[in-house]
Amino acid sequence: MDNDQTLIKATNLKKSFGDFVAVREISFTVEKGVCFGFLGPNGAGKTSTIKMIYGASPVTAGDLFVFGLDIKTQARAIKSRIGVCQQENTLDPDLNVLQNFEIFASYFNIDKKTAQDRTMELLHFFALEQRRNSKVAELSGGMVRRLIIARALINQPELLILDEPTIGLDPQSRHQVWDKLEALKEQGLTILLTTHYMDEAASLCDELVIMDNGTILAQGSPQALISKYTGHHIIEVTEPGPELIKYIQGKDVWQENLGHRLIIYAAEEHDLYRDLCSRFANKDCLLRSASLEDVFLILTGRELRE
Amino acid sequence: MKMDISWRFLRVWQRNLAVYRKNWLINFLLPFFSPLFYLVAFGISFSVFIVNIRYDANQVSYISFIAPAIIAINIMNNSFFENTYGSFVRMYYQKTFDAMMSTPLNAEEIITGEIIWGATKSLISSVIMLLVISFFGVVSYPAALLIIPVAFLGGIAFGAVGMCFTSMVKIIDLFSFPVFLFITPMFLFSGTFFPLTGLPVWAQQVALFLPLTHLVNVLRALNYGLFNADVLIGICYLVVFSLITIPIALFKMKRRLIK
Repeated sequence: MDNDQTLIKATNLKKSFGDFVAVREISFTVEKGVCFGFLGPNGAGKTSTIKMIYGASPVTAGDLFVFGLDIKTQARAIKSRIGVCQQENTLDPDLNVLQNFEIFASYFNIDKKTAQDRTMELLHFFALEQRRNSKVAELSGGMVRRLIIARALINQPELLILDEPTIGLDPQSRHQVWDKLEALKEQGLTILLTTHYMDEAASLCDELVIMDNGTILAQGSPQALISKYTGHHIIEVTEPGPELIKYIQGKDVWQENLGHRLIIYAAEEHDLYRDLCSRFANKDCLLRSASLEDVFLILTGRELRE
Repeated sequence: MKMDISWRFLRVWQRNLAVYRKNWLINFLLPFFSPLFYLVAFGISFSVFIVNIRYDANQVSYISFIAPAIIAINIMNNSFFENTYGSFVRMYYQKTFDAMMSTPLNAEEIITGEIIWGATKSLISSVIMLLVISFFGVVSYPAALLIIPVAFLGGIAFGAVGMCFTSMVKIIDLFSFPVFLFITPMFLFSGTFFPLTGLPVWAQQVALFLPLTHLVNVLRALNYGLFNADVLIGICYLVVFSLITIPIALFKMKRRLIK
């Protein structure tokens, strides 16, 4: 399906560090104008994958084409058309905000006047104009993150790559960042992000892949994944009594007994909730919408990851 | 390993220059005052006790003997510390190189820009020091003007070797090893504050393998207005030293930065 609309195409992409295989021959495509997410637990291979896409990490095997260009031979051309927002704070603490943008723009060979105009536009868009002369050390976590995203747009990229964009941020800052990313999406920017925040993936991504142990476990839109893996509604019973458990087990429904909780999936397919409530008068019986977190836990299991 | 170095390394140099200019006052005061202190302490006060210093079989004043060495030491310190501690902090703590590598700049351009910046720092401070030392009447112009390009060459040599260490240290404290085992011995024993003839013969021979010895030899000769064998040998040594350390630095740093 190679057409004008395909921005990224990965075929049997592999990344290994010595003996350790971080990304195991995965394949995916990202279309233009889409917000594409990589969801997965720590160590799933998400960061390794996007590092290959923005040329920070060489591909071990397989093919990776961005804008139709081969990352192995045309990394520079690709990098001039993308914006990258790393997980760490990569702002220059030796310079103030304005200078950070000016210097960063020089890396793309953007002339000073254009750089200054674009910087003021970006600062305005991210509501940070009054901070233009601030030292980086004076900024809050939320401001730093917005600035790194803003800086990544200085070269007017066609693709914006974000590695855990809201990690460590308070709820207000997270929502601010999401708002801005939504606005950018509306302007036609293609966005690629990695996250382990389900709400972020559900609200921002049009399409996502769930990764674990270097492989892709599932791919699709948030709604499609929910539909396929958990159903749209879930009944959750906290501290189910033995009678309730036996009653449910007698029914032909998709369920999971976690000891302190009993989960019944695809509750929209039957009338079990009303039935349970009337039969057992259990106030800890909850009917709720399924979320990506449920899909995630079903696919990746509930054990702790080291 | 293929190296693709374009003009873009200048952008890295420009970034460092922008930061330098922000702190211009301290960057100016240091090379201004430090030769003054050394020259007053050693060149004036200490020299009262120095009876017999010879250069090329001629008796010379102690202050004229050590003045070029002070510049040489400054060249070494400026670029070595800039490309060790300076580059390490940018790479490891500030993640500046990571940000650069997400743009059209590549790793080898970053390293090149850093080394050339280290040499530039050596150059700028050497010009300031030369001016200060001139006021003591111990500089022989116009030959001494050649000290300026040699300062850049010396800066490249010490910057490149510094960058080699940066590619190897796991934590910043480990720079103490090259500082105490390489820089400090050179500071003391490279014919800086006393002629090499004051050392036992084996030590004199070891000193001839060290870069600071040759940098001091070249600067001292030029400062006396001489173009002797020392100048030629010294410059050749520094060029060869750079030609060896630069590729090693590029190779090892690229391997460290790109995983």
